[in-house]
Amino acid sequence: MANKKTTIVRVTVVVVLTCAAFTMIGGCSKRGEQGQDRFITVKGSDTMVHLVSNWAEAFMKKHPDIEVSVTGGGSGTGIAALLNGTTDICAASRKIKDKELMLALEKNVHPYEMAVAKDGIAVVVHPDNPVDKLTLEQLSKIFTGKTMRWSDVGGPNEEVEVLSRESSSGTYIFFQEMVLNKQDYMQDAKLLPATSSIIQSVSSDKWAIGYVGLGYAVAASDKVKIVPVKKDDSSPAIMPSDETVKSGAYPIARPLYLYTSGQPKGTVKDFVDFCLSAEGQQIVKETGYVAIN
Amino acid sequence: MERAWKEKAIKLFFVSTASTSILIVLSIFVFLGKEGGPFLAEPGADELIGTRWIPVSFQKESYGILPLVAGSALVTVLAMILTIPFGVGAAVYISELARPIEREILKPFVEVLAGIPSVVIGFFGLVMLVPIIKWCFSLSSGLTALAGAMLLGLMAIPTVISISEDAIRSVPGSYKAASLALGASRMQTIWCVTVPAALPGIIAAVMLGTGRVIGETMAVMMVTGNAAVITASPFESVRTMTATIAAEMGEVAFGSDHYRALFCVGIVLLLATFVLNMVAQRVLKRYRMG
Repeated sequence: MANKKTTIVRVTVVVVLTCAAFTMIGGCSKRGEQGQDRFITVKGSDTMVHLVSNWAEAFMKKHPDIEVSVTGGGSGTGIAALLNGTTDICAASRKIKDKELMLALEKNVHPYEMAVAKDGIAVVVHPDNPVDKLTLEQLSKIFTGKTMRWSDVGGPNEEVEVLSRESSSGTYIFFQEMVLNKQDYMQDAKLLPATSSIIQSVSSDKWAIGYVGLGYAVAASDKVKIVPVKKDDSSPAIMPSDETVKSGAYPIARPLYLYTSGQPKGTVKDFVDFCLSAEGQQIVKETGYVAIN
Repeated sequence: MERAWKEKAIKLFFVSTASTSILIVLSIFVFLGKEGGPFLAEPGADELIGTRWIPVSFQKESYGILPLVAGSALVTVLAMILTIPFGVGAAVYISELARPIEREILKPFVEVLAGIPSVVIGFFGLVMLVPIIKWCFSLSSGLTALAGAMLLGLMAIPTVISISEDAIRSVPGSYKAASLALGASRMQTIWCVTVPAALPGIIAAVMLGTGRVIGETMAVMMVTGNAAVITASPFESVRTMTATIAAEMGEVAFGSDHYRALFCVGIVLLLATFVLNMVAQRVLKRYRMG
């Protein structure tokens, strides 16, 4: 029962009581005897905060004596924290950079990489739009404002209406990095405050184009048309789906990683294993991402 | 003895509650200055007077607030163009022409309109007004400055109506009596005597309405499309200062240039509403004294 004192305020009375009950039954006492951590921290990618929080919640429900604290701040912040030893796990929506890896080895930290989920972004247009494939380069030109008309990409002679998420969105930055090659979005792009507004606008504006997370696009596929994307002129147009994102065929996708310092051990390993378990991967799907295996 | 002490304590309580608002206004100014001020030193004020607002970029961030100021100005001016005829017309009708029974029906509805939460108005705008505007003007998208202005007009009208009505009502009856006695018709009296006499009050009403319009956030963010461009066309998308703060403050890194730039936007916004309110109060006061 001693752990009750250390639990964070967020835990409700109900959870505390369940926790107490479990401890008394002995479900978790073994862990305590082994002297493992009861408190682990996950820090990093803002894109992943929602996902990791869902994992943490489910994990804490199964292991009531363990507290998992989840914070965002960005992948870079997370990796820095891992190197400085201020977090147990780093959540990153990109691979660790060479520079960071060298810095890690200097500090005698050996980052251990685990891909735990995949994230795909679907490009959506109005159902009546005849354009049925776009290359990454065409997308880049459309969103940076170099292509202004649909006729330039095989559609009718109509002006493209570019819709984007707000700049605070992780998807905005991901799309900017992956598709726009880190160029700025065009100034005339409409920045909408939510994914639902993008779906709403694309479904009513005939010549609009926008991007949303795969999960949302599939859920709204009766209102909008998902455009298959070609990596370059010669490659085939790929429709985003769980399979194509998983296999890497769909180009606007990225793996999401967890990094630990060295191979995960103890509670950290339990948590990572949980994320990769069938139950953890089910949470991945429910949160709107693609399961890794 | 004890009674006197008690009286003093109660008085002190009331004084402190009354002066809280002064304290809050001052501390908001100090707080905004403290958070936004460092931006003026580094990267400097000329960065703010740019025409590009690109707070998130892999190339180079720009924090030019001119598109945001222009966006707010365009939406506000359009909203007032729509509001003034409606607001003043309704006020004239309610105060001068309506029969008592009509007034009993009209006034509560105006008050209900004033009480509708802005997010509800925004939702109504997004689902109803935006498609209508798109259809009426055959635009590619209804997410325009005009949509924002119409919603804001809707929100400012109650303010304009009730204050203008007050002003029109307090025009001395002798003015009207004199006008009618000289042979002017009822309409002539309203347009040539009553409304001009109430004009300072009506101006103040419009200014207070404008103050509300500039500061409104939610409804505008939902329907204007939020593209940071400088335009004078009501059929283009604009990004207002309020929407920028609301959309970006949530995710911004604490103490970064972006964070400070947002506070600078806040300062500009606060100054604008502050000046408008001050002037409106001035006008209203002079008018009441006269």
